[in-house]
Amino acid sequence: MSNAQQFDTRPVVDNESEIAVESPLAFSRHRSGAPKAKADTRVTVRERAFLGHLVLRGGAIVLDEALREVVGLGLPGEPLGLVQDEGGKRSIQWISPDEWLLIVPGGEEFDIERRLREALGDAHFSISNVGGGQTVLELSGEAAREVLMKSVSYDVHPSHFPVGKGVTTVFAKSTVVLRRPSEERWELVIRRSFADYLYRWILDAGAEYTIGVEG
Amino acid sequence: MFHIYCPHCAEHREEEEFHPKGQAHIARPMDPEACSDEEWGDYLFFRDNPRGIHHELWVHAVGCRKFFNITRNTVSYEILETYKVGEQPTITAESLSQDKKMTADGVTVADGGLQTEGESDSAVNTSKEAKV
Ligand SMILES: [Zn+2]
Repeated sequence: MSNAQQFDTRPVVDNESEIAVESPLAFSRHRSGAPKAKADTRVTVRERAFLGHLVLRGGAIVLDEALREVVGLGLPGEPLGLVQDEGGKRSIQWISPDEWLLIVPGGEEFDIERRLREALGDAHFSISNVGGGQTVLELSGEAAREVLMKSVSYDVHPSHFPVGKGVTTVFAKSTVVLRRPSEERWELVIRRSFADYLYRWILDAGAEYTIGVEG
Repeated sequence: MFHIYCPHCAEHREEEEFHPKGQAHIARPMDPEACSDEEWGDYLFFRDNPRGIHHELWVHAVGCRKFFNITRNTVSYEILETYKVGEQPTITAESLSQDKKMTADGVTVADGGLQTEGESDSAVNTSKEAKV
């Protein structure tokens, strides 16, 4: 067991006077609007807010073993790999040769971190809860790939970007993690400080496809 | 635009994802306290500026954020190979000039971009120091 200090970053809401948790896009929706999908909408964007994001660093073998035990999901076997559990609720993505991003339903992350630390024992590793610093945007619809093609220089053609791949790249001059969990959906893991800019960029880039905001 | 192969991501990426970090294979002196001022100055400040083959350190700044090396021709801008830190280049000015000697039957030919024999000395030294 490592002696790193751990604390649950999620406030316990036990009475109504608690301050509500706000997504990084709360003000953006208010200021820039959230157009509803229409009959001719060809792309929709949805925020997957308040998920648990953990950055895991260390050796692949020990991390893989601990993750199988705690999350029931091993590391992706290849660079740029993305693996998910059956319901797609928990995912692990390769970020760099010694770094992976674990995303789980909001509220699970603290317990998973604690159990991972226990399982990893004295191994050389680090676990950082970055859930407060980033959020997930999901693009879907037939024109989703066209919105991406306007925004990234990375090749998003299905022959080059199959389901189960994820990359960190440049999106409209800011950094995003771009990943493809299924045929129909693309996910952007974006930083809180860029969230408003990217949300407005996507609304603008999607305007010609009558973009709709869900959720 | 360069289209650079990252040996960690194992695929080609756009140049905008990378930053150059200068000459590769610069070994820190084993015993810095025992260095002369000149040796320490060379280590800190002096870099090769070859015409032709150059080994450079780059970082995949927006991708995996790992460092790696590039063998690049400073005249044609052609990237000849990329390889991980800790590995040695398979292409050097010396290896290319030897290939030339063989093809030209013992005569070193210098054509656009590639180094002549004399100029390759500094690059040979570079790869000697390269046991990082
Ligand atoms: Zn890379």
